[in-house]
Amino acid sequence: MRIKRFYALWLWSALALMTAGIAHANLPIQHWQSANGARVYFVKSHGLPLLDVSVEFDAGTRRDTVEKSGLASLTSQMLDLGAGGLSEDDISRRLADVGAQLGATIDPDRAGMALRTLSGKRERTQALDLMATILQQPDFPAAALEREKARVIAALQEEDTQPGPIGQKAFQSALYGSHPYGLPGAGKTATVAQLQQQDLRDFFRRHYTSESAVIAIVGDVSQAEAASIAEQLSAGLPRANGALTPLPEVTPLPQAETVLLPHPASQSHILLGMPGISRSDPDYFPLFVGNYILGGGGFASRLTEEVREKRGLAYSVYSHFMPLAQPGPFQIALQTKRDQADEALKITLSTLNRFIDTGPTAVELRHAKQNLIGSFPLRIDSNRKILGYLSMIGYYKLPLDYLDQFAKNVDKVTLAEVKGAFKRHVDMKKMVTVIVGGDGKK
Amino acid sequence: MLRKMLLGVALLGLSGMATANPYEHKLANGLKVIVKEDPRAPVAVSQIWYRAGSMDEVNGTTGVAHVLEHMMFKGTRKVPAGQFSKIIAEAGGRENAFTNHDYTAYFQQLQVDNLPLAFKLEADRMANLVLTEREFSKEIKVVMEERRMRTDDNPQSLVYEQLNAVAFGAHPYRHPVIGWMNDLENMRVEDARAWYQRWYAPNNATLVVVGDVKHDAVFRLAQKHFGALKPHALPPRKPQLEPQQRGIKEVTVKAPAKLPYVVMAYRTPVLRDAAGDWEPYALDILAGVLDGHPAARLNQSLVRESRLANEVGTGYSAISRGPGLFMIEGTPSEGKSVAELKQGIRAEIAKLQRDGVSEEELQRVKAQVVAAQVYQRDSMFYQGMLIGQMESSGMSWRDEKTLLQKLNDVTADQVREVARKYLQDDGLTIAALDPQPLETKQPSRSLTGERHAH
Repeated sequence: MRIKRFYALWLWSALALMTAGIAHANLPIQHWQSANGARVYFVKSHGLPLLDVSVEFDAGTRRDTVEKSGLASLTSQMLDLGAGGLSEDDISRRLADVGAQLGATIDPDRAGMALRTLSGKRERTQALDLMATILQQPDFPAAALEREKARVIAALQEEDTQPGPIGQKAFQSALYGSHPYGLPGAGKTATVAQLQQQDLRDFFRRHYTSESAVIAIVGDVSQAEAASIAEQLSAGLPRANGALTPLPEVTPLPQAETVLLPHPASQSHILLGMPGISRSDPDYFPLFVGNYILGGGGFASRLTEEVREKRGLAYSVYSHFMPLAQPGPFQIALQTKRDQADEALKITLSTLNRFIDTGPTAVELRHAKQNLIGSFPLRIDSNRKILGYLSMIGYYKLPLDYLDQFAKNVDKVTLAEVKGAFKRHVDMKKMVTVIVGGDGKK
Repeated sequence: MLRKMLLGVALLGLSGMATANPYEHKLANGLKVIVKEDPRAPVAVSQIWYRAGSMDEVNGTTGVAHVLEHMMFKGTRKVPAGQFSKIIAEAGGRENAFTNHDYTAYFQQLQVDNLPLAFKLEADRMANLVLTEREFSKEIKVVMEERRMRTDDNPQSLVYEQLNAVAFGAHPYRHPVIGWMNDLENMRVEDARAWYQRWYAPNNATLVVVGDVKHDAVFRLAQKHFGALKPHALPPRKPQLEPQQRGIKEVTVKAPAKLPYVVMAYRTPVLRDAAGDWEPYALDILAGVLDGHPAARLNQSLVRESRLANEVGTGYSAISRGPGLFMIEGTPSEGKSVAELKQGIRAEIAKLQRDGVSEEELQRVKAQVVAAQVYQRDSMFYQGMLIGQMESSGMSWRDEKTLLQKLNDVTADQVREVARKYLQDDGLTIAALDPQPLETKQPSRSLTGERHAH
């Protein structure tokens, strides 16, 4: 009885919080286009003498082909290793001299660069000049290219011996077949070995165009300064030469498939899933909220409760939707001692099956909303996190008030919507199962 | 794996916007409360740091500090097992914990109005944890899975574990934080209980709060929730000083992998007297000269120029309860051996010991230190981490200004001097991975599929 009273008190305060959380995010995003068509997103933040800038393009690994798998990744990796006649060492030293951090970013959809610098005039000018040179005049020097190819190939060979990457690559491939989402992002040893300087130049000219650029700026500059930064970064970019080749549709799997891969590791790595949803899918919020309950909410999730808390079968188990420009993967993953693999798989499948069948309870849905709405301020509590949202909003062309509407969109999800969305998108009869290690039985 | 962060990078984030910030207050029961006001977002992070890490464990119970960390989520008389995390989640919070050689820490990130909830729960489990056989028997299995995942199936982690086991003969840093598997297999709930009773007390803890708070209100809140907890005497801590090393030590680890890997670890001092010491500051700058940016010496020479290595890195942490190591790690490139890479690293060290560093290199490292000071203030969590790590290692957040000044005062001569003094074979331990081919007797199989995944 004592426990209940204690608990009820907290629940009340959590609900009060939820109401507070529904208030707008109040993150005024300025948006415009640069002279040559780059989309610019800016949030002014004067709390720290700090400036974060990212420039991203429709140049992620989905722009790879089977024959030249690894090209998108290698292109992004090579950008700052020689540009406008500056050597890689010149570039690294000039950045280090002002304490700036510049790095390539890449995922299945997007590629580009992100810069963090002090916002003082001297530091930011030197850092932005370098960033502009790197984005507009990369040299892809032959010697550095040969070396980076060798490094990528060595890393790929290493990955091919480790159970985690082996499982992840087999999973992607089984989900997507020959669609580029099924290709390993860094390529394969054979394809990377074939890549030539001209391939990188062509890829760059085709994909790193001002029309596809999304420039995100957060920090201690005025809007006029942000505008001139955006002009500087976009001015010398290649211009688009017609639309990019349309990518094939992601097709649903025709049937279930189980892939067993031998490995001597002490744990089996188990991956389950199928192609999920695109960023524009109307089921985005029901699946986002529902997945929190299934396996996205850590200790609040059913998978962690069943697999870890009740039975001690795994340290980590989760489910995840990765919404991309086209349907990205829905994935469940766990690792468990190899002789427990069958048991852990059975529990995972029955947990998933029950969730699809009956959906969450009203209490679970309420708790999920409390967390997702209540924790929203934590998603935008630093410049770097805000930069990530600006870049995402820009690339996927989400509404400018996406963050303001986030809490409302979570709050209006219903039990029926969660249940319906999972039934539509997670068909256990067409699920891929990958097991690396284990006893080889099925 | 190596802590690439420079000392300065690690510390300078502490400086607040107002000179009085952070604020410190000690409750009568010995709990130290440190508050850093940061109004940039309407959130706060609360971290409680216990000065009890794996280095406080005794024979046969390695890993118990970390096991207890897991058990801290398994319930009190008021809050049933598993509810801690759920209550925080339902309040829109995030929470977790981490254990290190030097400390164990627990944290919650919440909207600022919910800070009382975090304090209430954290104070409750500081004194009222209920450790049952039933919960323990499940959780120890989780910890063993964690060990398999992090260490046993990770070749580079195995190397690092062996490196510490060999580098230290007497000091408990020789044991892995997660514990040896056999100790985990033989651990009992009584071991966890004894650990809890020994170390979990307000007088062995520091509460750190960073966020959109007022320090005096946080002090009052801490008094309200933690004030009634009773302190108790802590057992004496034996220094367990590592005897002087008298010659090179080497160890090889065989594991399924493709690429070799090597770590060279030199015994070094760490900070004990912020104002009086100078060597740890010079070692920290030395780490920056070797590996502070992509054109720093090791990457420039061994990866970019001679192409001996695919990767190189340097790690040194001046803030530590136990003895220090200055580590250089690397992966040889295709066709190169660990022996050749070691030779290449040694040649770079010899060059530095002979010719020293240029003023330009020195200034470049210091510029990065200054910038990192600002960058780290973008994360409340990280600001709290820095305060907690300092306090747990016997330093104070108040030493920050001194640390800054001393780092800035490091001269090129001092960098060469510590390189000469400490990067010597007699204090060196080398651990290398000898990669073993995977046995592929079992063929890959694909069932019921037309697509092929392999």
